Amino acid sequence: MNTQGRKTTPDAVASDASPIATFTGNRALVHEEALIFEMDNPGVTGVDLEALPTSELRLGKLKPRASVGLPGLSEPQVVRHYTRLSQKNLGIDTTLYPLGSCTMKHNPRINEKLARLPGFGDIHPMQPESTVQGALELIDRLAYWLKTLTGMPAVAMSPAAGAHGELCGLLAIRSALAAKGEAHRKRVLVPESAHGTNPATAAFCGFTVDPIPAEDNGRVSVEAVKAKLGPDVACIMLTNPNTCGLFEPHVKEIADAVHAAGGYFYCDGANYNAIVGRVRPADLGVDAMHINLHKTFSTPHGGGGPGSGPVVLSEALAPYAPLPFVVHGKDGFHLVEHYGETELKPFGRLKGFHGQMGMFVRALAYMMSHGADGLRQASGDAVLNANYVLAQLSDVMTAPFGGPCMHEALFDDSFLKGTGVTTLDFAKAMIDEGFHPMTMYFPLVVHGAFLVEPTETESKQSLDQFVGTMRHLAEKAKAGDAAHFLAAPVYTPRRRLDETAAARKPVLRWTPPAPAHSQAAE
Amino acid sequence: MRYLPLTEADRREMLASIGAPSVDALFKDVPGHARLPGPIEGLPMHMGELQVERELSALAAKNVPAGSVPFFLGAGAYRHHVPASVDHMLLRGEFLTSYTPYQPEVSQGTLQYLFEFQTQVALLTGMDVANASMYDGATSCAEAVLMANRITRRTKAILSGGLHPHYRDVTRTNAEVLGFDIRLAPVDPTGTESLIAQIDEQTACVVVQNPTLFGHVADLTELAAACHAKGALLVVAVTEVVSLGLIDPPGAMGADIVVAEGQSIGNGLNFGGPYVGLFATREKFVRQMPGRLCGQTVDADGKRGFVLTLSTREQHIRREKATSNICTNSGLCALAFTIHLSLLGEAGFTGLSRLNHAKAVQLAGKLKGVPGVEIVNGGFFNEFTLRLKKNASEVVNELARRKILAGVPVSRFYPEDASVANLLLVAATETVTEADMDALAAGLKEVL
Amino acid sequence: MIRFTKDHEWIKLEGDVATVGITQFAQGQLGDVVFVEVPEAGRAVEAGKEAAVVESVKAASEVYAPVSGTVTEGNQAVADDPSLVNRDPEGEGWFFKLKLANTADLDKLMDEAAYKAFVEEQH
Repeated sequence: MNTQGRKTTPDAVASDASPIATFTGNRALVHEEALIFEMDNPGVTGVDLEALPTSELRLGKLKPRASVGLPGLSEPQVVRHYTRLSQKNLGIDTTLYPLGSCTMKHNPRINEKLARLPGFGDIHPMQPESTVQGALELIDRLAYWLKTLTGMPAVAMSPAAGAHGELCGLLAIRSALAAKGEAHRKRVLVPESAHGTNPATAAFCGFTVDPIPAEDNGRVSVEAVKAKLGPDVACIMLTNPNTCGLFEPHVKEIADAVHAAGGYFYCDGANYNAIVGRVRPADLGVDAMHINLHKTFSTPHGGGGPGSGPVVLSEALAPYAPLPFVVHGKDGFHLVEHYGETELKPFGRLKGFHGQMGMFVRALAYMMSHGADGLRQASGDAVLNANYVLAQLSDVMTAPFGGPCMHEALFDDSFLKGTGVTTLDFAKAMIDEGFHPMTMYFPLVVHGAFLVEPTETESKQSLDQFVGTMRHLAEKAKAGDAAHFLAAPVYTPRRRLDETAAARKPVLRWTPPAPAHSQAAE
Repeated sequence: MRYLPLTEADRREMLASIGAPSVDALFKDVPGHARLPGPIEGLPMHMGELQVERELSALAAKNVPAGSVPFFLGAGAYRHHVPASVDHMLLRGEFLTSYTPYQPEVSQGTLQYLFEFQTQVALLTGMDVANASMYDGATSCAEAVLMANRITRRTKAILSGGLHPHYRDVTRTNAEVLGFDIRLAPVDPTGTESLIAQIDEQTACVVVQNPTLFGHVADLTELAAACHAKGALLVVAVTEVVSLGLIDPPGAMGADIVVAEGQSIGNGLNFGGPYVGLFATREKFVRQMPGRLCGQTVDADGKRGFVLTLSTREQHIRREKATSNICTNSGLCALAFTIHLSLLGEAGFTGLSRLNHAKAVQLAGKLKGVPGVEIVNGGFFNEFTLRLKKNASEVVNELARRKILAGVPVSRFYPEDASVANLLLVAATETVTEADMDALAAGLKEVL
Repeated sequence: MIRFTKDHEWIKLEGDVATVGITQFAQGQLGDVVFVEVPEAGRAVEAGKEAAVVESVKAASEVYAPVSGTVTEGNQAVADDPSLVNRDPEGEGWFFKLKLANTADLDKLMDEAAYKAFVEEQH
């Protein structure tokens, strides 16, 4: 029984900060903004098109479509609409966004500029190779950086996101096992603290998931892993550093044990930011690891995507990397797109075309900007920042595992016991203070988790303000001022939203209102 | 280093408060052999913007941008004019640097545009509901087949010979792992395949593309009825969504799931990614849909607002029982789509659609007279197939040397199929001028 | 006669048909229930295996069959109005009725007192 169910319907808790009513409902800089469908000016458009060169239709037997039902707006209206919407969002650009395991670091704008160069942005994936050698070279160069940083001999570039990379890694493992005549190996070991994508991906690949319980110290026990090994184990999926923000000290021992039992080691690289440039996953016995370019390598989160999840692979798994991939020959760079043109054994294709090129440009720009020295410094500062937060808050909040942590600090809700304030309420109060909350209720292995990842791009001033605020809120909760938390947030464009109603009676789109005339007609 | 704010003094102070002697000491759990003493070898040290820009611009300069020459490539990615305002909105930090809207009170910007996006996709495809986007059209197609299995409990899927080969391969890669029986119909350049006879009581779904890879446009109503008669679903893929402004959407023809590549609207070619997968279905199938969903609700003050909803389908809750392992959507690409489509509106979108078709009709007219060129299609939207009297790949390479990007040779997808070696896919969008068309016609005349 | 499982299901036997639901404690843990999937009549269920699904906004849980048998009825009322599970979990918010394969299986489960103790000890 999942015990993390929590309140999803807001109480009608009055707020002391009752604002004055305005005629528009607007509050100065923040506007009440309707849906575009509610602003329809029929016939109006924000784009001017040239005249049709011909009115002849050659649609075969099809008649043209009568209408689509889209609203009409001019350019000024559209620009104002989306500008106003943007003002209702927080971003890394506006405030500290300490989401654990998301690595919300600064997104450099030079990356955006370079991704938009016509030589990268305006090239079609199927152009003749002679016309896109620079693009293929870029992919190859990024691959070189990823391999060198991780110490791994090969990398699959095409997965579109982290979860997609997990799929890639597991499918490579599956193929490698089948090639050895070991397709009967169907069991995948996954710690209970793992991110949901791990077991979901394993199931998606036809494996059964065997959970490894968490230890009291937040780490995976070697004995627990060894006890679960057997001739039917395909692989272990470990996140390292793990989702509690801790480095698995016995990771090499675990890797060796799994290898000895004939299995592979898949590493979830979501937390790579803690060790990039100073530890190579190859040295830890990893066979496959996905890298989230949108986490460790600063490509923008964009409100939820797009991501990019290349997967570094060991010698054993490299032959099974999916199509397509770039090779460098004497005639230049070539894209291998077909099973028949390689001696390798790709397990298939994961995505249309070649991969998230736009994110490759951004990530490479980021890597070149930092260099080997800058990346090492970045991971060091990321870990330092998290430890600073942990040390500064351990007396007022409860940290279930002793320090040092890696790049993220984990707290649980023990310190809120008896206050009537939950992790959720605490997070909402942080919003009024101007922060985006940390990750809450993950990992599931502690109760009411607070997972704080500041990243290396936060200054000490920023951290001190954050720490001061958290201390203040913790003390306020313990002093018995639950009402403050239950009413929060009060300064946001919307207060707490009724997620229960949203799920019970889903309304997933705008629908035109029913026509005014009688529906009983005809 | 310009992105790293900590000073040495800061570090000393912070280490003192932690009680650690050095940053290295914080890595004590890392096994000694794995702890590198200094920067990783084989990589350059840090660089300023100027140098990064110089090096990467040099790489970019080695590519031929589509806008710099007469350009006729399609085959699943289309060059359209994206209005300048789109990028300006996209680059606003509140959109660019925000995260998935898990804290809805501070993410109403993202959530409202996702709600608008979902509505736009439903309208375009003629379906009831759409999700908040997926990675791309090909992965959406694979997810649709898995969804058809969840609904029908059957494991056989028939994939049309007109379906984009990447979509076929991605679907096969994902579905065969789960033991599905994926039937790939033979490649169908003439648009004459008939799949109805193959549908039986084991069929979960039939997947077709409209317009097809080869540009053929069809009424799928009969096929939909044939599927439903056997309890199977019809999945329709659309690789050029601008076509939905002129031809009837799959929803009107009886499709159960529509998947599409949204790249044409708001998103440039970008050498194949990032793109944006569209996924739409009927109301009754909502809980089987993969991907994120944004829903309408009210807040504590009774005001309309938006939240992510039906999350229990997703991996972070359902874990191994999730409808998909997908976590990320294609956020920023979906935003670009929404903004561009908002700018177009009804008049602009249908007008753009007509203009694309008119350009293709105009181009077909000019190519008709070129000796050695035969137009395979009777009907098309903005892309059609040419049968050339020579090997299409060689023709394309020759024309590339003459600074014309003439289209995609079908052999690029099917190199071992001699029967398609002379076929060329040619697309004309609103970005193609009459001078471009004349250049292509002249070039073909010379080369053939 | 009423019995309870460690997964917080209750089962009430009346004659040879038993009714199954989740306990007051369980619905409190889940939060607002938003979706319920009940099995259809005629379906065979196995003790300890999934028989139904109950979802709140943030959690999804399997409802296991406390004993083996055949489903005689799924409660359409909770499928139509999931909030019934929160309001009356041990009454109108039942999930399904089944015919037991073996009445003696009920003896393996906890009685009311044992379940109460179990819940207190857990939390």
